[in-house]
Amino acid sequence: MTALRELRSLGNSVVLRWTVAALGLVLVLSVTQELARPETTDLISAGTAEATLRRAVPILLAGLGGIWAERAGVVNIGLEGMMILGGWFGAWGALEFGPWWGIVIGIAGGAAGGLLHAVATVGFGVDHIISGVAINILAPALARFLSREVFAQRPGGGITQSPRVDSVGDVDVVFLSGGDLFGWTTPDLFGWVDDRGWFLVSDLCAVLSGITSDVSWATLLALALVPASVVILWRTSIGLRIRAAGEHPVAADSLGVNVYRMKYLAVVVSGGLAGFGGAFIAIEQTGIYREAQTQGRGFIGLATVIFGNWQPVGALVGSLLFGFADALQLRDRTAVHALLLLAGVVVAALAVRAVWRRRSTSALGLAAVAAMLLWWYSVTDKVMGELPPITPHLATLLVLVFAGSRLRMPAANGLRYRRGQE
Amino acid sequence: MTTPAVELSGITKRFPGVVANDDVNLRVAEGEIHAVVGENGAGKSTLMKILYGMQSADEGRMLVGGTEVDFSSPSEAIEHGIGMVHQHFMLADNLTVLENVVLGAEPRRRGLIDRKAARRDLEALGASYGLDIHPDDLVETLEVGERQRVEIIKVLYRGARVLILDEPTAVLVPQEVEELFRNLRELKARGHTIIFIDHKLEEVLAIADTITVLRQGRTVATVDPAEVTAHELAELMVGSELPTPSTEPRVADDHVTLAVRDLSVLDGSDRPTLDRVSLDVHRGEIVGVAGVEGNGQGELIEAILGLCQTSGGQLLLDGEDIGHWPVRRRREAGIGYVPEDRHRRGLLVDAPLWENAMLGHQTMAPFARGPFLDRSGARSATTRIVEHFDVRTPGIDTSARALSGGNQQKLVIGREMAASPRLLVAAHPTRGIDVGAQASVWAGLRAARRDGLAMLLVSADLEELIGLADRLVVMLRGRVVAELDPATTTPRILGGYMTGADE
Amino acid sequence: MSVRRILMAAAAPVVAIVFSVAISSVVLLIAGTSPLEAWMEMLSYGTRLETLVATANRATPLYLAGIAVAIGFRMNLFNIGVEGQYVLAALLSASVGAAVDLPAALHVALIMLVAMTVGSLFAGVAGYLKVTRGVHEVISTIMLNAIALAAVGYMLRNWLIDGADTSLNMKTPEIPPSGRFPNLNGVVETFTREITRGRELWGFILVAALVGVLFHLFLTRTRVGYDLRATGLNPFAAEASGVDPKATVMRTMLLSGAVAGLIGLPEVLGDSYKYDLAFTRGLGFTGIAVALVGRNHPAGVAIGALLFGWLDSAAPILDVVGDTPREIVSILQGVVVLSAVVSYEVVNRVRRSQEARDAAAATRPKQEMEA
Repeated sequence: MTALRELRSLGNSVVLRWTVAALGLVLVLSVTQELARPETTDLISAGTAEATLRRAVPILLAGLGGIWAERAGVVNIGLEGMMILGGWFGAWGALEFGPWWGIVIGIAGGAAGGLLHAVATVGFGVDHIISGVAINILAPALARFLSREVFAQRPGGGITQSPRVDSVGDVDVVFLSGGDLFGWTTPDLFGWVDDRGWFLVSDLCAVLSGITSDVSWATLLALALVPASVVILWRTSIGLRIRAAGEHPVAADSLGVNVYRMKYLAVVVSGGLAGFGGAFIAIEQTGIYREAQTQGRGFIGLATVIFGNWQPVGALVGSLLFGFADALQLRDRTAVHALLLLAGVVVAALAVRAVWRRRSTSALGLAAVAAMLLWWYSVTDKVMGELPPITPHLATLLVLVFAGSRLRMPAANGLRYRRGQE
Repeated sequence: MTTPAVELSGITKRFPGVVANDDVNLRVAEGEIHAVVGENGAGKSTLMKILYGMQSADEGRMLVGGTEVDFSSPSEAIEHGIGMVHQHFMLADNLTVLENVVLGAEPRRRGLIDRKAARRDLEALGASYGLDIHPDDLVETLEVGERQRVEIIKVLYRGARVLILDEPTAVLVPQEVEELFRNLRELKARGHTIIFIDHKLEEVLAIADTITVLRQGRTVATVDPAEVTAHELAELMVGSELPTPSTEPRVADDHVTLAVRDLSVLDGSDRPTLDRVSLDVHRGEIVGVAGVEGNGQGELIEAILGLCQTSGGQLLLDGEDIGHWPVRRRREAGIGYVPEDRHRRGLLVDAPLWENAMLGHQTMAPFARGPFLDRSGARSATTRIVEHFDVRTPGIDTSARALSGGNQQKLVIGREMAASPRLLVAAHPTRGIDVGAQASVWAGLRAARRDGLAMLLVSADLEELIGLADRLVVMLRGRVVAELDPATTTPRILGGYMTGADE
Repeated sequence: MSVRRILMAAAAPVVAIVFSVAISSVVLLIAGTSPLEAWMEMLSYGTRLETLVATANRATPLYLAGIAVAIGFRMNLFNIGVEGQYVLAALLSASVGAAVDLPAALHVALIMLVAMTVGSLFAGVAGYLKVTRGVHEVISTIMLNAIALAAVGYMLRNWLIDGADTSLNMKTPEIPPSGRFPNLNGVVETFTREITRGRELWGFILVAALVGVLFHLFLTRTRVGYDLRATGLNPFAAEASGVDPKATVMRTMLLSGAVAGLIGLPEVLGDSYKYDLAFTRGLGFTGIAVALVGRNHPAGVAIGALLFGWLDSAAPILDVVGDTPREIVSILQGVVVLSAVVSYEVVNRVRRSQEARDAAAATRPKQEMEA
């Protein structure tokens, strides 16, 4: 009897639900890949998986940054600016002291931006959005100036870019992906299964191979920040106080919590995370600081905050999704066309679910979107080049329109807080 | 006599324009349930805020357990074993019961919150006091009664020996009140002292060991519930004499300006805050709505204005069904509005006076001409209002924020009256206004009534109600429970209906 | 408007500018260059006629952008989508303008109308989403920006490109002379010397000024403008006074988008006579800065636009003379925005307490007399 109860409790566990969802996604992708076979083989492959992860990390970090700030009740539109600061200081730090120091200094740069935002909004009561916009204006200006002063003097550098920097180094997971163990190269299990070409299983192993080989240490660190954020925010004292500051600051204050301090802390952490994201782009992704290379990922990160319902795991899912779209269009344009089919099927499924839940307007809207996507897939050979880069933006808009009411923002988010103002 | 748990003596607290507490004395014995009753403005909330450290008294002493104290913040009060359950719950909806309770006093183990210990303590507290709560529920999902239990556990968790409850039954239905009282008796049995503020006398008589009555900031009496009836209590609360009613002849005619039929309003949890209310206001009549604040008067007014959704019933203005009219149409049709909270609904505090004088009338003369504003018309109208209603201001370009509360109120009333409405809906219109100005506002209202104004007047000021109203209705729990003639009613009867003494 | 009031109103931006110059000077000192030299160079170059003409040209679209943003800000609506709106409007209106041939005034009016309509509709999407689905306009407009820019790229490449052109620069066909806006060099030169270096003062500055005046009149003299301001000051009181919140949101977004549509026209009608890849981007975001510095007031926004325009126009001299990097100007601009918003908050608080004291003082004697 207890075994049954164990099984049932496992069945209810979040971990199992997520694993099933992930496997389901792989299945869907495999099927779609088969359907689209002559066109593309890159819909699900090791290379795509690896690129997905790499493209997802900056978005994830920006998303985590957004979550930390908004959980404390402060809207941080300035993530983009903080990422730029992180990118610049990351590159500089990497040049001067080495890649890992670059990451650290990049985090510090972003955190400084966060501190500025905190002082303006929490200290002076400036509107959160206005302060964020101001920081987004100031940061690139500062970066350009500093580049002129520092990078332009060096070979390979200029006023809009830095010289090349090294990355922090990759790792392959032992046994599963041919990692090194004391100098001996272990067998590459996932790679081997991938090469067999078996339906679904090979695809699954392709994905796993992609995310376990040539993984940057910085990526691993970034991924570790997801469970770390969950633990800190939901399991520690500080985390509870930060969240209370964002949900009901007056109640928190009445229980002796220093709401101001919590907000400051959360926003500085937020800036630091964004800074990490920017540093990651410079050090790991491109190997260089270049102006405007954040490409709006600070805003996309903000989108994952909403998409992920202000939960770190949700932001991870969102960033992987957007990273996938991003990676696909970088590697294989034709694969994006197949993505239309996939998106059409997924949205159609959501429409069916909406019908089942008797949400007629949503169902109608979703069905319309699904029909449009599937029609688009069938009448075209390929997708216009301008579409893939804006898939995250479209996806965010769709989520906001169709699922906005189900999301729960921290109750006191965006509100100007002044102690004793009841 | 044993040391009282709490003793307040000679407490005086002044705010600009009003003395909230005037030499108040309160003595609460250890282990008793002590009720503090009084009407709005009697000073009960202020007194409790002083006790809890949220305000400091201007004069007087406080003793807790025999030791003299002076709290400058709630944390100090908490340290001395005093806990407060506010009328408006301080609970974060998106956090669990456990998180709300331990916030600020979290038990820790190895750097993380020790949830097991917290859960264990909470469940122990719940079991031992008969308070049924589930630590992992999201507060958002809880019913009002359950939320209140969480608030009680919150103070017990911090070791409160003296619990202050501010109008705890205001939001509860009878069954929940029963549950609450069960809990209070359990707390008393465990040696806690309870002070609670209430205005519903039958409840107070049912549960309290001692009752202190406050009126207009002063202690009027301290009684033993066994020796007093509800009606006597009501009389103590309201005063032994009612103000003299107006001697003006009635001018109301048969024409019904406003007809409210079975109007209902539901709140977020689908409870009726307005429950099938019907009343008529005739042309040339002032109908006064008496009742303790929070019994549906606010909802009635908002429903008439169109500011909240109704769930049933009809509204007729001069016979026309206005239930689906937008707010603007109702204002343009001649419904004037003096809101209860002028800062929220009545003024643009950062705008100059003359722009505030237009608020609510910005589509009509003299403030507008066609699609444009008539600035000179507006300015001269404002000057007229300022002069006629004695609004003290350096000029009509001063922003409303700079004016004192009383002058702001005068502006609001002035602008509504100047528009010659056919129906004026007013909540506490002379609150905060000095006596002289009050008298002139009343004179103005009477004059308007002679000219055919129909008025619905919600007020906590009995002098205002009795002096102005042609008819009184009393509201309790969202319903009209009585219709009285101000000329012939007595404090007993009026107070009785207001506090549900007959129920 | 007493002298004291004007001083109070000017205090915040002056403080902001002084503070920004100070910070920038510190940055320059740390970088090892002389701030005084830099400011002197900028002042001398920046007061030349040609630079002033460039300033005016730069300020004109910035002013329109600032007004577009300010319309929303006045109602606590954040139309961050001005960037996407104006680029889209510029492309489409330039294409339409090149495709027709009408008498001069009509031609220009048509182009302007198209631009305003495009901007308005696109902003209306965000407004509609907010009103019907509660989507916050900040996020939706940022997303729509990206979508608009992608759409512009696609449309230019595939539909609107000038087929006759074989260069790498993608552009729309040129607008015939009847669709161009004349420059004001003739007018200026009657007061000053001849404007050299081929600089032209774009005539669209007159339209921008008109827009500013209309904005001011709209806000202060119309019922709709009053409703808009009231909603921004206190949405609850506005609602009680009869303002329809949803209609106001839509109206504001449509209006804001319409003005945004005009942002690209000074350049299209006065300089390039087409839309191409060299079209100036980023004005939408700078417009937000200008609106913030100008406190959403038509005159303030003008000062902000001129300030930013002048800084942009005078900056190039720093590359030529001395060793101050011209990027210091961008920093100056960034710090101005941030310090402006902070100092507005602070000055506001001071002003309020001062006003309260004034009111109390003014009313006391009367009370004392009555006592």
